[in-house]
Amino acid sequence: MAADATAEARLPAVTRPAGRRAAAVRHRTEPLLVVLGLAVLWEILTRTDVLPSRYIPPVTVIVPELADLLTTGTFWSSFGATVYSWALGFVIATAIGVPLGLLIGSSRLLHRATSVVIEFLRPIPSVALIPLVVLVLGAGYQATLMLVVFACVWPQLVQASYGAQAVDRVGWETAVSFRLSAWQRFRRITVPSASPYLLTGCRIASSIDLIIVVTAGIVIRTPGLGNEITLAANAGSFDSMYAYILVTGIVGYAFTTGIAAVEKRLMSWRPEFRKAH
Amino acid sequence: MRRLTSVAHRLLGLLVFAVLVAAWWLGSQNSLNPFYPPLEVITQHFRDNWLFERVPGDLVPSMWRLAVGYLIGVAAGAGLGMLIGVRPRLRRAVTPVIDFMRSLPPTALIPTAIVVIGIGSSGKVGLIALACVWPVLLNTVTAVANLDVIWSQTAKAYRISGWRYLRRVQLPGALPQILAGARAALAVALIMVVVTEMVGSTEGIGHFVIQAQRTFALADMWSGVLLIGLIGFAINALFVAVQRGLLRSHGPRGTTRS
Repeated sequence: MAADATAEARLPAVTRPAGRRAAAVRHRTEPLLVVLGLAVLWEILTRTDVLPSRYIPPVTVIVPELADLLTTGTFWSSFGATVYSWALGFVIATAIGVPLGLLIGSSRLLHRATSVVIEFLRPIPSVALIPLVVLVLGAGYQATLMLVVFACVWPQLVQASYGAQAVDRVGWETAVSFRLSAWQRFRRITVPSASPYLLTGCRIASSIDLIIVVTAGIVIRTPGLGNEITLAANAGSFDSMYAYILVTGIVGYAFTTGIAAVEKRLMSWRPEFRKAH
Repeated sequence: MRRLTSVAHRLLGLLVFAVLVAAWWLGSQNSLNPFYPPLEVITQHFRDNWLFERVPGDLVPSMWRLAVGYLIGVAAGAGLGMLIGVRPRLRRAVTPVIDFMRSLPPTALIPTAIVVIGIGSSGKVGLIALACVWPVLLNTVTAVANLDVIWSQTAKAYRISGWRYLRRVQLPGALPQILAGARAALAVALIMVVVTEMVGSTEGIGHFVIQAQRTFALADMWSGVLLIGLIGFAINALFVAVQRGLLRSHGPRGTTRS
């Protein structure tokens, strides 16, 4: 009896259900407390003018301003323009990059022939093309799209080509000896093997995509959240400028966490994603 | 034999590259379209501008800001990440804030910085550094948190702790991922350099290309675009070389290939 009690006491606290529940609650509340704490700190620093409140308004000014913005048409049209450019650019870049990457990755010869060209083009920052794109396409959303596609094709292409190279040899040869058709091999062997790489490509591309869309708004002034930030800054209305920056951050956060969730869901069958985090 | 084939493969890649450049050269030779001047004219302007007339005035300031901002950002990200990564409770608590900051496109802060701090060099360096912190921070935190348990327990058994633990176990163990984050930050840093100069500057390579575009000096503009492309390629190649060296001398064993 006494021995049992010591054994019980030696168990780590977290394995007991009550402890686990408390930890789960803590995991939910503490991040919120950190966010709240930072907001309060911001409020104090700006209200006491430690940070110049002329340029950096307190949170309690920015948030109501954001609420006001949500009722305006300007906000929703620029929000829509940003999300639209993001999504369309993403789809085009994926449609070009993934098939090309899979093709290049599945042929040794192609892989070698294209390697130098890809290594050279990939690190070129697409913002370098801004002046060119403006001249050729004007300052419309086509210019943004062009930049986004140039920036996002590379991560998609490179990851897809890694993915095609990572195809499971045994699986592939089994499929060949069972006389699966080319489409079946692609569907049953190539896609599952390459899928983690493809999702990594999507994750990288989606965040570059948003950076380029917002940047195009700031530099070329194509309609969108970036343009609204610049307009507000130039007009000296810092409340709405920060409100727009906040919205831009929330959009980015939504994309990042959204893609991570999709990845987790689609990849739950793979061992490396199974371990609880 | 293997060495020979790998040289042959390299040559094939270079050959394709050379063919494409030659195609551009020949295809643009008689170009009358002002937007697409002949490559020959572009290279002439490239020579006039960047060997080395505009180097001290435009290229050096850009590269200086890139280097300083980048190094500050990477150091801050890695340092903070090492502190946060080993504290699970702190790590969970600040994760949403880190996620938010890394998802916010860093260029969104440029208009603010121009109005608040002006268009000086220090403001730009600060923005570049701020943009570089997040990818490095995120990777460092994840790497440190997922460090092999055997390592930390061995270190504990040998009573290696504090600064020595950080330097001898944590840093080498997390190095591959820290460097992966630093590589992502490099791309972001270059974007920030170019964009800060395009929007608010009187010098620098970004300012040069946008000014050339506005004055319709199109061959000059092309020469600048080409230069930015070459810079991107060069610093990436430099990074890969440094990364390989660092992993070989300081990284965990068996990861030198990455």
